[in-house]
Amino acid sequence: MLGLAGELGAAALMLKSTVFWFFKSRLEVRETMKQSVKIGVDSIGVTALTSFFTGMVLALQTGATSKNLFNEPLYIGTLVAFSMVKELGPVLTSIVVAGRAGAVVTAEIGTMRVTEQIDALYTLGTHPARYLLVPRYIAFLVTLPLLVVLANFIGTIGGFIVATTRLQVPSTVYWNDIFTFMDINDFMHGFIKTFAFAFMIATVSCHKGMTTRGGAEGVGKSTTEAVVTSMVLVMVIDYFISAVLVALGI
Amino acid sequence: MIEIKNLSKNFPGRDVLRDLSCRIEDGDTFSVIGPSGTGKSTFIKCIMRLLKPDSGRILVDGEDIAALDDEFEIARIRRNFGYLFQEGALFDSLTVFENVSFGLRYLTDIPREDYGRIVADKLALVGLEKVEHLKPAELSVGMKKRVALARAVAAGPKCILYDEPTTGLDPVTTEMVTDLIVSASEKLKVTSILVTHDVNLALRISTQVAMLDKGVFAAVEPPDRFVKSENPAIKEFLEISNAGHNGCGDHGGRPGHAGYKGPGGRNGRH
Repeated sequence: MLGLAGELGAAALMLKSTVFWFFKSRLEVRETMKQSVKIGVDSIGVTALTSFFTGMVLALQTGATSKNLFNEPLYIGTLVAFSMVKELGPVLTSIVVAGRAGAVVTAEIGTMRVTEQIDALYTLGTHPARYLLVPRYIAFLVTLPLLVVLANFIGTIGGFIVATTRLQVPSTVYWNDIFTFMDINDFMHGFIKTFAFAFMIATVSCHKGMTTRGGAEGVGKSTTEAVVTSMVLVMVIDYFISAVLVALGI
Repeated sequence: MIEIKNLSKNFPGRDVLRDLSCRIEDGDTFSVIGPSGTGKSTFIKCIMRLLKPDSGRILVDGEDIAALDDEFEIARIRRNFGYLFQEGALFDSLTVFENVSFGLRYLTDIPREDYGRIVADKLALVGLEKVEHLKPAELSVGMKKRVALARAVAAGPKCILYDEPTTGLDPVTTEMVTDLIVSASEKLKVTSILVTHDVNLALRISTQVAMLDKGVFAAVEPPDRFVKSENPAIKEFLEISNAGHNGCGDHGGRPGHAGYKGPGGRNGRH
């Protein structure tokens, strides 16, 4: 319990420092672009693949169940799009990004910590929060929502391909089901959650990296802890934010 | 001038530095020797304010930097110092050029178009050329150390802090790094503070040598007086160092012993 309190306290101090340097210093544009590529652009492939197959399997399972119950595949487009946009797009993409980019961030900062590169930043006139943390927070907060939009679209396309080729659902019916029953609030429900996930993954990854101790073994340990913590917190945060958003009618 | 008065630093369950005092004049080369784990690196990290001392004063040209808490004030003080880390601590993701010019951006107002000339000058000072485009992973250990030294001096510090500058280096590279420290000190007219367990290095290039033992300075003396010290901790450390050097065919040692290179101190060397 004391360990957890210590971790939370250290993470809060790191966050305070990040906010301070975000407002007090000029943005490291080049570093921010570099991190956006590492965190966002480099995650496009795995995000696209994951969401494409998720959309396909959703359509397949829905179609099979619907055929058993009603003798025909009903509301495939609605179910695939709702599932992707409200839950699976944000959650799966966040888990993929936590596992891929979050691990990279923790390992990179952790290695810098154990090889005294963080101390070197101080000696060369800058603060690690300014040079390392602010760009990574911005990169997560900008690229994860964009990746989720991409995942939603590709997942829906995956569902469309299965619906039209295997379940013989006419393409107009598939799209009509989506646009008839879905409104902007459904999209916003998932999109708002994404920012919370991005913020949490950035905090966990950076904090674990900054508090790394003990050489290569320590870097491995921090990286594993960062990925596991982020993945579990995505699920936990997802429930609570969903409950609040549903209560607010979003 | 740097004056340290009653400096103490504790880590949980351990008093690392206790009541250290010394005075380092401008242009001096001050070495702190002692076995591993005695707090040598903690000492220079306190001077650089990478660590905040628990008590005592660190006066840099009369200003007490130990008492500072404001991050911007500490950063202003750090402009006076260059720091050579034990393993170099070069930024892996940046090229040699970006590493050496890094401090210019944050510590100085030098226009960006001058960076190329300054980086080339500093790399020439450490005997390197045409390596600007390389990443640290493509450099040998000795080259990394030299690039790190170029980075430490690039912004024109008044004082350079060296953390174990020759640890882990082969004898040839050790000799080269030693020459670089002396040449940087003379050409740039800077104060140098070294922490090392290489007695030979300390005795050869220092104007003052301090021995850190159990958190306190056992002695702070010019090298010629230091080697004659009757302090048991110093005698034992010098003897063990001498035996180690002779045993491995190196060239350290005390006066009158095989391998001792000279009377010690930059006065003796030059």
